[in-house]
Amino acid sequence: MRSSVIVFPGSNCDRDIAVALEKMQFKNQMVWHKETILPKSDLIVIPGGFSYGDYLRSGAIAGKSLIIEEVIKAANSGCLILGVCNGFQILTETGLLKGTLLRNKNLKFINKDVNIKVMNNHTRFTSKYETDQVLKINIAHNEGNYFTDQKHLEELKNQNLIGFKYCDDKGNINDEANPNGAIENIAGIFNKNKNILGMMPHPERMIDKLISNNDGLNLFSSLLN
Amino acid sequence: MKFSVTVTLKKDVLDPQGKAVLNTLNNLGMNSLKNIRQGKFFEIEVNEDNQEKAVKKIKDMCEKLLVNLIIEDYKINKL
Repeated sequence: MRSSVIVFPGSNCDRDIAVALEKMQFKNQMVWHKETILPKSDLIVIPGGFSYGDYLRSGAIAGKSLIIEEVIKAANSGCLILGVCNGFQILTETGLLKGTLLRNKNLKFINKDVNIKVMNNHTRFTSKYETDQVLKINIAHNEGNYFTDQKHLEELKNQNLIGFKYCDDKGNINDEANPNGAIENIAGIFNKNKNILGMMPHPERMIDKLISNNDGLNLFSSLLN
Repeated sequence: MKFSVTVTLKKDVLDPQGKAVLNTLNNLGMNSLKNIRQGKFFEIEVNEDNQEKAVKKIKDMCEKLLVNLIIEDYKINKL
């Protein structure tokens, strides 16, 4: 499997993602945002960070960068795309994923390990997990409050396009377990074809028991299948 | 030609920043406040003499980059 990680000025999780991909034997390449040619890739990752210092809106400037046109072309021809944190924000700004990420409801930057529930394991990103499995994954964001219109929300539910929801350690999905105010506790969503996943939690931070846990590992191993 | 663009959150979108500002103003004793919504303001100068054409250009800028149409509304005014 060949992967590309897109790097913007202000990206800061790009190398963590690369470590995770290389651990799973991906042949990975880092791609600077000014490039206009994308290396042949089975997977493109848009990493977390603060691209362009979050100017205008998180992900707004990065979402119009040169390489993004190529990412959109690749996405439309079925290439797998993963956006984590700022990467998720960028994907919504490009229109590849619908909805948007608002400021956290409590106005605070939240950096902590939270529980999320796998809502659908019949996807290229989640096949190595069980549906309803509870994972502990780190979040670190200021704008993670997912919002979308009612019509799209219904679409997400009816077509099983919700990847992960915030929950408590027993898997209960409720307001207390919602760190940022996201609509229906949504932590990650797929596009219609399920070849694009955007998520606020950082699976690349959970790949080694020595420093955290390895709950994120199966996301990358699912992609290898 | 110079224009202003005011960007505001749509009516039904929660505005925690506006709410924090409102609470602080209340704490300062300005308690006749009813509501505050926070937004963004752009001042844009374009090389265009025809006002209709200029507004069209600014509209395009708004919809392509300046405004997130899912959650925000905008107003263009000539300065």
